[in-house]
Amino acid sequence: MAGVISRLYRGDIDIDFVGKRKIWYGLSAALLLLSIVGLIVNGLNLGVEFRGGSVFDFPRTTGSSVEQIRDTVGAAGPHQIIVQQAGQNSWRVTTESLDGAEVTKVQQAVAERFGMPDKEVSSQVIGATWGGEVSQKAWIGLAVFMIAIMLYLSVAFEWRMALAAIVALLHDLVITAGIYAWSRFEVTPATMLGFLTILGYSLYDAVVVFDMIKEVTSKLGTSAKMTYTQAANNALSHTLIRSLNTSLVAILPVAAILFVGTTLLGAGTLKDLSLALFVGMIVGTYSSLCVATPILVTLKEREPQWQALARRVAARQTSAAKAAARDAKEAVPAGSQNGAVPGSDKRKKR
Amino acid sequence: MAPPTSSQSRPGRTLLLLLALILAMGATIALQKAFVPKFGLDLAGGTTVTLSPVTTTGKAPPSESIDRAITIIRARVNGQGLSDAEVARANDNIVISIPGVGQQEALKLVSTTAELRMRQVLAAASAKEQPAQMPTAAPTPSGSASPGAAASAGASATPNAGATPAGRALSSALTAPTPSPTARHANAATGQHANGATGRKHGARGAGAKASPTPTPSASPSAAPSAQASDDPLAGQDTSGIEPALLDQFRKIDCTAKNRGQGAQDDPSKQIVACSDDGTVRYILDKAAVQGTEISGAQAGTDPTTGEWIVQVNFKSKGASQFADITRRITSLPAPRNQLANVLDGVVVVAPTIEEAIPGGSARISGNFNQTSATELADQLKYGSLPLKFRQSEVTSVSSTLGQDQLRGGLISGAFGLLIVVIYLLLYYRGLGLIGVASLIVATVVTYSIVTILSHNAGFRLSLPHIIGLVVSIGITADSFIVYFERIRDEIKEGRRTLRSAVEVAWRRARRTILVADAVMFIAAIVLFFLAVGGVAGFAFAMGLTTLIDILVVFLFTKPLMAVAARMRFFAKGHKLSGLDAERMGRTSPAEQTMQEA
Repeated sequence: MAGVISRLYRGDIDIDFVGKRKIWYGLSAALLLLSIVGLIVNGLNLGVEFRGGSVFDFPRTTGSSVEQIRDTVGAAGPHQIIVQQAGQNSWRVTTESLDGAEVTKVQQAVAERFGMPDKEVSSQVIGATWGGEVSQKAWIGLAVFMIAIMLYLSVAFEWRMALAAIVALLHDLVITAGIYAWSRFEVTPATMLGFLTILGYSLYDAVVVFDMIKEVTSKLGTSAKMTYTQAANNALSHTLIRSLNTSLVAILPVAAILFVGTTLLGAGTLKDLSLALFVGMIVGTYSSLCVATPILVTLKEREPQWQALARRVAARQTSAAKAAARDAKEAVPAGSQNGAVPGSDKRKKR
Repeated sequence: MAPPTSSQSRPGRTLLLLLALILAMGATIALQKAFVPKFGLDLAGGTTVTLSPVTTTGKAPPSESIDRAITIIRARVNGQGLSDAEVARANDNIVISIPGVGQQEALKLVSTTAELRMRQVLAAASAKEQPAQMPTAAPTPSGSASPGAAASAGASATPNAGATPAGRALSSALTAPTPSPTARHANAATGQHANGATGRKHGARGAGAKASPTPTPSASPSAAPSAQASDDPLAGQDTSGIEPALLDQFRKIDCTAKNRGQGAQDDPSKQIVACSDDGTVRYILDKAAVQGTEISGAQAGTDPTTGEWIVQVNFKSKGASQFADITRRITSLPAPRNQLANVLDGVVVVAPTIEEAIPGGSARISGNFNQTSATELADQLKYGSLPLKFRQSEVTSVSSTLGQDQLRGGLISGAFGLLIVVIYLLLYYRGLGLIGVASLIVATVVTYSIVTILSHNAGFRLSLPHIIGLVVSIGITADSFIVYFERIRDEIKEGRRTLRSAVEVAWRRARRTILVADAVMFIAAIVLFFLAVGGVAGFAFAMGLTTLIDILVVFLFTKPLMAVAARMRFFAKGHKLSGLDAERMGRTSPAEQTMQEA
């Protein structure tokens, strides 16, 4: 294990992400299928923000119990009452949607029963149609975002990379949603916020990898000794350490929010958001390595230019193998000249 | 793309530039003595209402209507004395933030529909009963009387005693010379004339749909003789046909008070007492003669012949006949009963004198408008034609205790997240990690300064979504350093000659990656900011801001600092703790290479 880590650290590791892409495709297809089944069978556990309803938060006083709270709130009018513990020192009560007067009544009842000023009882009332508006806006945002990113990446890189990145991104969204469906985690607007942010991260990672692939493959001439696939894999292995590092560094603060949100505050924006981010970033890291790049390679290998190169390399390898098996072995994995990791020939140029 | 040599020589200057920038922000903060950002209500405690306006038919309202609705709601909120309340637009929604909890009453008021109705003026007086008031009022009117209106209208008759007669169609009260503020206020003043004050200003004439300024010389009843000095605002006025209860109400009402009835739901089938929207005139008004929804349109424009600003109002068919009826009926009455008040959301926005019957479904209001006041009036009338209903989409009231908890949670997770990233950077990158940590500190300082300055100068309020956005973005900022550090290590591994040149070459490549990746984040932030609702926009704002700060810090701090560090023995020689040592790189250290090649 220590050996793997130190090799990772030095960037020496050579995992054949691209060559084994059938495995990853299979894995992703299975995950996607599972997610879709989860979404159909279980559906998402939508929070009160999407269903409409009222939420009350108030500090816990000694001796208050779930039953007491339910009775107190119930006596004030509402019928559908859910009492939850929110973090270390507060309660959260969810009811159906109430109007202003009813809200005041519940606040007063709770404040009186548990001996606190009225204003200590926070309230939130969400109209039934609000959730629909939030999700509609989110869908529009998603669509606009995808188009903007497609255009941007097509200009900054090329359309195949843009397409691969978007496919990876949809993959992340569906799988994250699937995890939510199976786990029954509550979906709130904060969760959607998290989903949308994942898009940014998922792409950020893919962009770093693609940037390296672009650099490496741009040096592949007709006499190159590597195919596009091999060069891409080389670039990917090379940026692996960086991808893992950037992902880890991105996940660490999110994990901190998740920890604080869960232990200190309980239910709420912090927890919902960070949970979505946490799940999404892990899926995102996987997809930028095992989905985005393989798709890109699959697309690229269809181009005549790279097909021709692949044939030449294959032919050269066969003949080289006959001549000297050693040479062939070295040429491919180490990437001696063309298509090698950047920097090797820079000294001569600059 | 400066050649390495020149960029190498500049790190000091770049660092000084950044230092100057930070000092400038620090000085701004110190000068304003505003060291802590202002917090949003989810952290400070308070009530936030999100209203979703829809038209009465349930359709999405036009954008101008929402803006107008915001102005109306702001007036209502101010009328309630909730001076700290903020009313802001968030895409198609209106967000009202009221500090303090227990504002259920205020909420009810805020979300009622604002309607426009036209009612005949039955009696009018200046805002307060003090006799002293009268004199004040008087000057205005008379003094200026003549201005533009006269000319334009002038057209014909000019009968009016004091002032300029002339308006054309429905003339608005405005004609008054406008003392200072906007013409409209002046106009309100004109209203006073009604009250028997002296100056009679507006003339009005009916203009047909054809707009022709036909100068029908209406004999406007300029009569309006002497002002009486009685204490009773109703002295000398005809009170016939007015419900007695209203007379008392009229005597008592103080239109100069903050709450002068904004948002009051006036029953169209009853007579009411109302104030002008600027609080200078009070009125007793008859039952509604025309509903605002019968207006089909209103535009501000200039009269082609006189260049005077006017407002053209068009009515739907039912409204047109109602309007024709009421104008025909009241035009011959003595002032103020020949005025037709336009009541929007409980206050009179304009009460033009009707100088002749106006058939044809189209009228012009003229007076002393300027472009702003004419446009404002046209907007108000237009709004009345399409009143909006406000759906209370979300009402959140956060106690200050809960707010503090959330703030604490946000700050703890921020500190905690920063700490783990720092530890990670130091463990993994050792000496290089120090540079990364320094960059994070600079980024934190810059972010804090910008947030503080924005909150004191641009109305920015730090809320929980912002804090989360900022914490999450620690990762983005650190990503940039990692991209750069890994590039440097690549260069060295592959046999760059010295750390100093490796730093430059790696920068040129890392720079592109950082910019492209940041651009993606920035696009995400912009899209979310403009399209999302609620907290998402705040989160997106924080993300966009940090992305920009990230670029600033990497370019102005990390890179130059790295260039400086490359000159130090500790890094250049690949010290064991530098993060660039031979063993950890799996290759020869830069120093050894240098020796070998030398």
